[in-house]
Amino acid sequence: MLREFKLPDVGEGLTEAEIIKWHVSAGDKVVINQTIVEIETAKAVVELPCPFEGVVGALMAAEGETVDVGKPIIAVETGEEGPPPSGGAPAAVSGTGAPAGRQTAPADDMVPAPPAEGGEAKPVRTPVLVGYGVKPGATTRRPRKSPAPSAPGAPATAGAYAGTGAERTVAPAEPAAVREPAGPAAASRQGVAVLAKPPVRKLARDLGVDLTSITGTGPNGSITRDDVHAAAEGATAPAVTPAIGYAGYGEYAGSEREERIPVKGVRKATAAAMVASAFTAPHVTEWLQVDVTATMDAVRRLRELPDFAEVKVSPLLLVAKALITAVRRYPLINSTWTGEEIVVKRYVNLGIAAATQRGLIVPNVKEAQALPLPELARALGELTEKARSGRCTPADLTGGTITITNVGVFGVDAGTPILNPGEAAILAFGQVRDLPWVVDGQIVPRKVTTLALSFDHRIVDGEVGSYVLRDVGAMLQDPLRMLAWS
Amino acid sequence: MRVNRPKDGDPISVALNAQERHVTFDASRGAEAPPELVQLLTPEGERVEHPAYDIDLTPEEVRGLYRDLVLVRRVDMEAVALQRQGELGIWASLLGQEAAQIGSGRALTDADMAFPTYREHGVAWCRGVDPVNLLGLFRGVNHGGWDPAEHNFHLYTIVIGSQTLHAVGYAMGIQRDGADAATIVYFGDGATSQGDVNESFIWASVFNAPVVFFCQNNQWAISEPLEKQSRIPLYRRASGFGFPGIRVDGNDVFACLAVTRQALKNAREGQGPTLIEAFTYRMGAHTTSDDPTRYRVAGELEAWKLKDPIERVKAYMFKNQLADQDFFDSIEAEAADLGRDVRKRCLEMPDPHPLEIFEHVYSEPHALLTEEREQYAAYLASFEGGER
Repeated sequence: MLREFKLPDVGEGLTEAEIIKWHVSAGDKVVINQTIVEIETAKAVVELPCPFEGVVGALMAAEGETVDVGKPIIAVETGEEGPPPSGGAPAAVSGTGAPAGRQTAPADDMVPAPPAEGGEAKPVRTPVLVGYGVKPGATTRRPRKSPAPSAPGAPATAGAYAGTGAERTVAPAEPAAVREPAGPAAASRQGVAVLAKPPVRKLARDLGVDLTSITGTGPNGSITRDDVHAAAEGATAPAVTPAIGYAGYGEYAGSEREERIPVKGVRKATAAAMVASAFTAPHVTEWLQVDVTATMDAVRRLRELPDFAEVKVSPLLLVAKALITAVRRYPLINSTWTGEEIVVKRYVNLGIAAATQRGLIVPNVKEAQALPLPELARALGELTEKARSGRCTPADLTGGTITITNVGVFGVDAGTPILNPGEAAILAFGQVRDLPWVVDGQIVPRKVTTLALSFDHRIVDGEVGSYVLRDVGAMLQDPLRMLAWS
Repeated sequence: MRVNRPKDGDPISVALNAQERHVTFDASRGAEAPPELVQLLTPEGERVEHPAYDIDLTPEEVRGLYRDLVLVRRVDMEAVALQRQGELGIWASLLGQEAAQIGSGRALTDADMAFPTYREHGVAWCRGVDPVNLLGLFRGVNHGGWDPAEHNFHLYTIVIGSQTLHAVGYAMGIQRDGADAATIVYFGDGATSQGDVNESFIWASVFNAPVVFFCQNNQWAISEPLEKQSRIPLYRRASGFGFPGIRVDGNDVFACLAVTRQALKNAREGQGPTLIEAFTYRMGAHTTSDDPTRYRVAGELEAWKLKDPIERVKAYMFKNQLADQDFFDSIEAEAADLGRDVRKRCLEMPDPHPLEIFEHVYSEPHALLTEEREQYAAYLASFEGGER
């Protein structure tokens, strides 16, 4: 029987090798493991031992030739009785070197055959090691069965495996499990990302439901099992609970191209508070640009004082002090509208809006009006630290009377702040930056910031609001005024 | 017999000098003595004495060791050939390390537990594991086809060094059971750079675990030479962890047997771990995917050929008339038969059925797995021509 030795992958994942030198020629007797050829791969020069014993029938690749893994390189007549080749007489052994016919040995090795050129598909052992000798296109899919006619009680898989041992017997599942999607589902929109877990995708495929046509109700808008069932039953798509503050993106609503963020926790509380505030308290916002060069100098000076050695001194501290001082001069700005009356607070619980990982929260410094400046600095520092680390208590977050929002830290000049519900005013403190400024008739670079004060027009008219903003600005322009007015 | 004193021209002395070139600090600092090597049989087949280790073997035992050495080399050679013929995906040859593996493997009692790397074909042989099972792993038809509990030989570990932790844990179990047994764990010189190995040294030391760390220093961690791994001889690392370390001639099966036997005995008797550095050489490639000619010089290989672990036993037996030519011929014939048998049974190994992937996952029935298996069976059945 003539057996062929196919070029193996002697490394891991090599696809070809060059024939360097043959150690045998046609007609030579060979024994198993006798070195027959040297090949060079991308990794190494390797000697190949002969897998057969017999007489060399033909060398099927010349020295210097680069051969694909899986291509026969030598034929050996082993003298064994082999299974007759299917169709045709056994090929004669040629002594001249030309391989006789395409007869191959039974696929008893791990070398995959390269794709046949038009020949009939021959069931060969497919490679079983990852990355091992597989050439692109070297594997072919076996044809799938057409959907089997349902045969109740007739196991579809009662084949070879069932007989190999009782514990291995496998109860076959319905072949319907792999049926193709039907109807319009096949024409699903390409390129539309759908959030759905694999079992849900399979369910949709089984039920012929196009996932891109469903609006998900699961986390992050993912499609759930129930969504698929509902769609399959022709039920109307489940209504999406409108999310306060997120509804109303018009034509895009319902599209999976959006990310859906569940509204809960701080976000929900913030949304409710802002809506309540914006639509109950008529807001007025006034703006003021201020030269705060003196304030910045004062901050620097304060940092040098022993009293402030252990606390953080920032421009915000002086803004807070200025606002507290302004409240003292115009108490109405620190009040609450109850409907029947205006409650003017004789104390200042100074809220500081803080951006945290959990969202916007507004803790407040209790009795801020009574705190000496170093204590106020300490309280502000502790408050922001607590807010950042998520340790604010409910007491920290309630009872505020007036608020500062330090939007300057985000690099903007100011904005229209919305009142913290129950308060009459909120001061936005913009970034401090160098701007050209007119001082004594000269344009000079100065440290300039923008203040924006929103106030509840039910309580505060433009006159008082303007005085408050003007005074805060004046105190930041000349911090000595804080001494004068406090 | 004579006491071994390395001198110029002596191959062992050459080896030591070569080692000193690796470990440059010995020469430059002079703070430490040159590495000591336990040797009982010279490369010329001459028995030598060592003050601390000795061994008394019957002629029958010597012949048995020789047979082991020859047969595992033959199995290894057949496996390399099978890989070259496309029948194995990869193979890690033990060529040159037979004495280290047979010597240490034959030192084990049935109750002792061994944790191998992926190159311990000789130890597997000593533990009664059918070589064809080893080939199945590299052919991709099993995941290590032996029962570790049956042979007290753990499955091959591919990850470098992780088995040292398993071994120390196992040894601590032995300790708590009060069993009369010890654990041996195999690893290479490259593995000594792994965190796992150093952690296992610490645990073994602190808990006085009955474990023998058997490091086959074959000089090369794939393409990395020893001097890229350590500035000191590996066996001296043990002293930093607080247990004894010893270097043995890894190509001397007698010395490997004697030293390992003593270390295991110490472990069983509650004297804690030992690090054995078997000083040997990987004569072949790291694996069949590797080409060592790209990173090491031919002269090194030639020097180590003179120290072949099998030739020295053969020479010793000839000199001392422990065996005649018939014996050697019969061993050769047995090796040839074994090679043919391993080849035949390797090629006959059936492909596992695809559904076998679901076995050996859980020891008991598992509802989800059963469901998945049924689904997969249905999938396989969906192809024309049935499953295969």
